[in-house]
Amino acid sequence: MEKFRGRGLRETLDWPLIISYLLLVLIGWINIYASVQSAEPASIFDFSARSGKQFIWMITAFALGAIVLFVISPRFYESFSLPIYLATIALLAAVIFLGVEVKGSRSWFEFGPVRFQPAEISKIATSLMLATVMSQYGYKLSNIKDFILTAAIILVPMAIIVAQSETGSALVYVGFIFVLYREGLSGWLIFMIGVAILLFILTLTVSPYFSILALMVIVTLCNSLFPGKMKKWLLVMLPVFAVLGLLPWGLERIAAITHAGEESFLRTFRPEFFLAGLGVLALPYYAIKAFRERNTFKWLSIAAFIAGLLLVFSVDFIFHDVLQDHQRKRIEVLLGLKDDPTGVGYNVNQSMIAIGSGGLVGKGFLKGTQTTYGFVPEQSTDFIFCTIGEEWGFIGSALTILLYAFLIWRVMHDAERSRENFTRIYGYCVASCIFMHLFINIGMTIGIMPVIGIPLPLVSYGGSSLWAFTVMLFIFIALIRHERRYFG
Amino acid sequence: MKLDKPNKLKIGLIVAVAILLARLFVIQIVDEKYKIDASNNSMVYSMIYPPRGIIHDRNGKILVGNKMAYDLLVTPKEVEEFDTLALGEALDVPVDFIREKMQEYYRDRRKIGYQSVVMIKQMTPERYMKFAEIAYKFPGFRGQARSIREYPYNAGGNLLGYVSEVDAAFLKSHEGYSAGDYAGKTGIEATCEKYLKGEKGYNIYLRNSHNKIEGRYRDGEMDKASVPGKDINTTIDAELQHYGQMLMQNKVGSLVAIEPSTGEILTLVSSPGIDVDMLADIGSHYNEILANPYKPMFNRAVQSAYPPGSVFKLVNGLIGLQEGVFTPDTEYPCHMGYQFGRNRLGCHEHRSPLDFEESIMMSCNAYYCYVLRGILENGKYGSVAEALDSWKRYVGSFGFGRKLGSDFPSELGGFIPDSKYYDKVYGEGRWKATNVISLSIGQGEIGCTPLHLANLCATIANRGYYYIPHLIKDSKEVSIDAKYKKPQYTLVDTSYFPEVIEGMFRAVNSGYGSGGTATIAAVKGLDICGKTGTAQNPRGDDNSVFICFAPKDNPKIAVAAYVENGSFGARWAAPLASLLVEKYLNGEIGGNRKYLEQMMLEGDLMDKVKTD
Repeated sequence: MEKFRGRGLRETLDWPLIISYLLLVLIGWINIYASVQSAEPASIFDFSARSGKQFIWMITAFALGAIVLFVISPRFYESFSLPIYLATIALLAAVIFLGVEVKGSRSWFEFGPVRFQPAEISKIATSLMLATVMSQYGYKLSNIKDFILTAAIILVPMAIIVAQSETGSALVYVGFIFVLYREGLSGWLIFMIGVAILLFILTLTVSPYFSILALMVIVTLCNSLFPGKMKKWLLVMLPVFAVLGLLPWGLERIAAITHAGEESFLRTFRPEFFLAGLGVLALPYYAIKAFRERNTFKWLSIAAFIAGLLLVFSVDFIFHDVLQDHQRKRIEVLLGLKDDPTGVGYNVNQSMIAIGSGGLVGKGFLKGTQTTYGFVPEQSTDFIFCTIGEEWGFIGSALTILLYAFLIWRVMHDAERSRENFTRIYGYCVASCIFMHLFINIGMTIGIMPVIGIPLPLVSYGGSSLWAFTVMLFIFIALIRHERRYFG
Repeated sequence: MKLDKPNKLKIGLIVAVAILLARLFVIQIVDEKYKIDASNNSMVYSMIYPPRGIIHDRNGKILVGNKMAYDLLVTPKEVEEFDTLALGEALDVPVDFIREKMQEYYRDRRKIGYQSVVMIKQMTPERYMKFAEIAYKFPGFRGQARSIREYPYNAGGNLLGYVSEVDAAFLKSHEGYSAGDYAGKTGIEATCEKYLKGEKGYNIYLRNSHNKIEGRYRDGEMDKASVPGKDINTTIDAELQHYGQMLMQNKVGSLVAIEPSTGEILTLVSSPGIDVDMLADIGSHYNEILANPYKPMFNRAVQSAYPPGSVFKLVNGLIGLQEGVFTPDTEYPCHMGYQFGRNRLGCHEHRSPLDFEESIMMSCNAYYCYVLRGILENGKYGSVAEALDSWKRYVGSFGFGRKLGSDFPSELGGFIPDSKYYDKVYGEGRWKATNVISLSIGQGEIGCTPLHLANLCATIANRGYYYIPHLIKDSKEVSIDAKYKKPQYTLVDTSYFPEVIEGMFRAVNSGYGSGGTATIAAVKGLDICGKTGTAQNPRGDDNSVFICFAPKDNPKIAVAAYVENGSFGARWAAPLASLLVEKYLNGEIGGNRKYLEQMMLEGDLMDKVKTD
């Protein structure tokens, strides 16, 4: 009796995904070669150079991908996600004590010439664990027990990675919030995180006063999004906020005109306390309203406003006492609070010069001067995008980004079409991880994100990163294949 | 499409990608800032300075050439431990000098970084070679060849001008220069800067972030070779210029010689002048030059406005003839001067009356008072003022009172008064011909440069026209303005000139005792024609003035000599000018005039000149 083997490779493999994967790896390889070009061009296969080594990583990564696709049964992941996850946690913890120190962080294991970073595997392990837990029958994010379990799965490896001083890699885990959002988390949570970041930046760059004002505008506006209330907000609240917005400027003018001294009330007056007081005084009124209307949203708004106020007044503390020195500097440079083209800002400045000098069509393959001659740091790993930007110009870098976008889109699309919860959730985890890496890495090279040293997936030089993303992606491809084979 | 969570996430993805693309678009296409930075960042333009053009004299001899000099460069980062004693010996500097310098570099090590600094400037090749032989012992030290100016003749310091590093003010007003470049600042170096400078070239190197050179940019494909400066042929006769300077040593004044048939300046001496040795390294001599009370930088030949003295009688005579106020045969009396009202303009003892030729020969003052009065009180003009302005037009046609338009950059125009000037001094209509009578003998409110006088002499030699005096000759590479090739006629008819020339000839060649004022200038066989002048100098003895040309027919050289505080024209100026003419036409000084040459070379008038 002939065994049923399902449909063939041509139908079951997600070829667009595999082709965009291969293209990205190829782009990476070519640009690694270009980025370490020196006066005497060596072969791209020169194994003493990075491009040659990357070639070995590529071949082995393809082999790993093939193993994932054809050797391991997709059922394995669901069954073994817990042992994998626990083993990874153990590795993550062990590396703090047993690892070698690289650039101030202990996150690498070293076996002879090979180094590898457990944090890379932990993204896969966490994704599998999340998919396993969240796809279980009866799982509900709104269930407090489930929510805590889910949060723990994400936060434990994240915390250990922070302990390794690899804050950048830990930041990627924030991306899992998109998965939670897809699986039922309220959009307001993401919105509130966004507002918190906005308040943080506003407080640092403009003033606490305007930060509080922005908080008031946002909270009241959100409460006016219901039909009929918008008009009232525009007529009453907006003019009030406009007048309040002019207050600090007006005070300063009056102080200047009356030649008020340093001791004068006009000089010592702190408008942010005035505004915060105003807000707090208004709270009972809203509380009574919320109580009468039994409006949970109003109650939440009040809580959010208080939390926002606390955040604004603790920004100073967080910024100066919680963040580490180098992190604070990176944020200061990003927000333009400090101009520092030779220090922390040097990397970003050089990287933007390299990318900017590429123009529309770029300088051409191997013609880049900025990246090749060492102006850009880490030019084959974290700053590989500079080489792409410089040598291939806007066209090349935009195409690369669009290729990533396609890859992420395709993963989301496939995940959404899957009938298995496990596959869908895992797919969203993959998409989130790749997206976080993409946005943080490229954002950093073009100066819209602080300098956070994480690689560009599939493109940056380095074996453990390439292997990890290959395995991560191919597990998803294998899951999809499995499904298409038997249900397609 | 419904706005469910998966679609919201997809929209989020699109927004995020759009942010990245927009930002990329801005820094790669919109904002030019990053492109400009990039080329400075990694490309090092190493300038190649072209050799400056060579300045030749009229006979092809090199007046200004180039020679190699070496700057000793140190790259402190590359210096290893070395034997300071041996280095000091090789470089011929005290050991302490090296120690001090090295300490200084150590102090500035952050500023210097990987760069090289100049330790010793402009070493001679001999001195450098001594170091070069053992340079391998001193890593971090190397020589850099540079081309600097060299002057084979000690001739024409002021004329040639100097070259120096450009300063901020120069950079502001001149395009195409950058800091560290050299440019001609005065004289021919400045006038012909555009020919002499050549074009800079560069090699492009690529530099890494440690400021270390990695190699050539595109294998030198984009490099630019330098273009050497164009050579200049001047009209100067190097030998004659040198001889003129020798004659003028220890005297204050000028000696200018022009070839009448072309307007080419053969010699232009301003004394005291700048020695060419100082020119090569003007920087270190600058203060010394400025401190010299005789102002050697001041080019008297083209900048000093002197009263011309009796030489100017020639001009007045020619104008009088043209205006018809007298004829060459007209005789005027002179009894030790010219009486007008209660005033008298004195003259020296000579027979009376004299005709025009004799008046030139004997330089009679009274004769020209009659002539100028005739000119100014001419019935055809409505007033003396109108007549004076007409006179000024005539004078101007000889080039006086304005810049001649030579190619010398700092030429000044001198001064010739007009009626407005006297209206200001005396009040309108309140002056007469007698008030301005000293103009007749080239005194009073007249100022002209020695170049003006030489040009006058050339005009007379040419019988009525001149070519604008100039220093640069036409050549394959350098073309001069067409104006230098066009004869400039005066407003006086050429037919009046032979009488003047006859008078000048007789002034020189009438023999001792004849009454001729310049018999000392006579050289047998050269037919020198000349006119002496003695110009009052309020600051001491009179200035000695003489103009002459030779030979009388088909003149080859016209000379003006002006010696401050040299008293009579015949005393210093006439011998000097005639010696220059003799040297030029005969190549050497005749035996019977050797004593005169000796006297002139040894003469020292510096004590008579008052300095500020």
